[in-house]
Amino acid sequence: MALELKNVTKRFGAFTAVDDLSLSIPESEMFGFLGANGAGKTTTFRMILGLLDPSGGKITWNGNPIDYSTSPLIGYLPEERGLYPKLKVKDQVIYLAKLRGMAKQDCLKELTYWLERFKVPEYANKKIEELSKGNQQKIQFITAVIHKPKLLILDEPFSGLDPVNVELLKDAVMELKDNGTTIVFSSHRMEHVEELCEHLCIMQKGQPVVHGSLKEIKRSFGRKNLIIHADYDLSFLKDIRGVVKARQTAEGIQLQISGEDAAESIFREVAVKGFVRKFVLEEPSLNDIFIEKAGASYE
Amino acid sequence: MNNFMTILLHTYLSKLKTKSFIVTTLITVVIVAGLANLSGIIDYFDKDDEERIAVIDETGVLLAPLQEQMDALNNNISLIAYNGSEAEGENAVKDEEYKGLLLLSFTEEELPEAAYKARSIADSAISSELQGGLQQLKTQMAATQINLSPEQLSKLYEPVPFDKTALEENAKTEEELNQARGLVYVLLFIIYFAVILYANMIAMEVATEKSSRVMEILISSVSPIKQMFAKILGIGLLSLTQMAFILLVGYFSVKQNLDTMEGGFFEFFGFGNIPASTIAYALIFFILGYFLYATLAAFLGSLVSRIEDIQQMITPMTMMVVAGFMIAMFGLSQPEASFVTITSFIPFFTPMLMFMRVGMLSLPVWEPILGIVILLVSIILLAVFGARVYRGGVLMYGKSNSFKDIKKALQLTKNE
Repeated sequence: MALELKNVTKRFGAFTAVDDLSLSIPESEMFGFLGANGAGKTTTFRMILGLLDPSGGKITWNGNPIDYSTSPLIGYLPEERGLYPKLKVKDQVIYLAKLRGMAKQDCLKELTYWLERFKVPEYANKKIEELSKGNQQKIQFITAVIHKPKLLILDEPFSGLDPVNVELLKDAVMELKDNGTTIVFSSHRMEHVEELCEHLCIMQKGQPVVHGSLKEIKRSFGRKNLIIHADYDLSFLKDIRGVVKARQTAEGIQLQISGEDAAESIFREVAVKGFVRKFVLEEPSLNDIFIEKAGASYE
Repeated sequence: MNNFMTILLHTYLSKLKTKSFIVTTLITVVIVAGLANLSGIIDYFDKDDEERIAVIDETGVLLAPLQEQMDALNNNISLIAYNGSEAEGENAVKDEEYKGLLLLSFTEEELPEAAYKARSIADSAISSELQGGLQQLKTQMAATQINLSPEQLSKLYEPVPFDKTALEENAKTEEELNQARGLVYVLLFIIYFAVILYANMIAMEVATEKSSRVMEILISSVSPIKQMFAKILGIGLLSLTQMAFILLVGYFSVKQNLDTMEGGFFEFFGFGNIPASTIAYALIFFILGYFLYATLAAFLGSLVSRIEDIQQMITPMTMMVVAGFMIAMFGLSQPEASFVTITSFIPFFTPMLMFMRVGMLSLPVWEPILGIVILLVSIILLAVFGARVYRGGVLMYGKSNSFKDIKKALQLTKNE
């Protein structure tokens, strides 16, 4: 296990931000760390980075405690963009990379590579404040990965980016993972998490409420989504046993049901009623699970 | 240690290259060079021709001795006998042929009497010089009238001998004290401005890094404490660079003008023979004062999350510097007041007050040493405390601009 959190607790006075959190993340794995606002994500990240000391428990990287001597191994992309507004992109990235123990020459080479890759080579000599938010986010990402960290912490990496740039960044993240970087990743965009992470954890009020691999989580959630399109009124299905939630759509109805048995009985009901253009039984989306477990919607 | 140097150099070089820093330094250098060359500059503008005054001397005997008097006073007024009438003379003045018209006559007691006419009487220098010359002439003539010999006259005007001597050993003589006062005054000003300027710079730096959130990345690579001290040293180096540059320019321009410097401005400020110890103490107290206030400013800066709040946060600190300066100014005229003595041992006032005392008085050597020790201890205490506040403070965001936040910041760093 590369990154290991054992019974980690953080209290601020009487308030408990993180309560007895245990996680183990193997090397070269992308781990989704989810939770509503204030669930303790940032506090956990800060403890992993060594900015805050845990009130209890232990955090280790390959068996060693994480402190400033390990900082060249770690890359961090904070939720809020953090760059000097008045500094040129080049100076900025070099300064921050030097602090992670990188030599200036390597740094320039890597910077050129990344700027080309993100299709913004002309920004090297621009000041940060002259860039758009999305482009600032790209620079922020470069500062997090330029020193080839072993452990990469990404707090909301895709916020503020257009779909094209989200794809650019996603590709970069996938490539880093394939090259052996362990990535902890938080996002409120469930479709990103679903696409990128094999394992995840959903936090609520400082405690992990769901933890495991994506498949297992979906299977153990039990409920499934059922989408039916038909030309007649389907609202009577709401009252059938096994239906948890129903939402009318333009072409039919979308149901959340307790399991496959419920789907069978619904199938029989609608078959009697008439022709059905679409009848799809789906795995639950992470969004559904998140809403159920964390108790709020983020879209 | 490597990261420490990286931050130090980054802070130093990026500030050094800013336009505002370069402009401020250049302006100060120009002012310093201007002050040092002041007499030269004044001469340059003043060397224009003699002032020509037309004189209608009704008595026929006053003009020559008056010219003698004016020459003795060593000014640029030249008196020229005018042969026309008063009205013609007035016209000549109006035509700018002469600067003014002086009418000399005798009173009933055979003493000089004069009227002066000029285009405007805004320039009072000429008329008062003429008046002064005439006054002397009148005194001489009146003395002759009452049969006073020149010896008797000079006896009348001789100043009374009055000698001041300090009895205490090593005590500064009156002359030395005046010289010291000028020098201490200038150095106090430098310390005062530098401390306010650079402490402000540090607080702004920290607040900028915090509000732009770059702080989070910085402190994930380098410990906040290392970062804080690297920053303080970096700005400290910057301040010394600026000071060195200004002092160098000042030194060379003063040296160049050494001949023209006797009397007046320079002597008043005691630049003729600067005691090395005063300069050494100035440097020591400047550096210590800087560290004390810089540490304070850094941790105050770490408590705000928006740059706009920074002024409000550091106002109490600025007030403290101003108070120290005020007491020091008061102390310049009464350096031995017990109020000044006592306050010079309060750490936040020590840099200015102890320096003022050591520059003005002949203190036993333990007093400045005790002051330095007090400062060093306070700097260490403040650094330890400030570093803990800083560590928590840089992670706090939101509406935070009260001193209650110090407690909150300390709590953040505690391991319960």
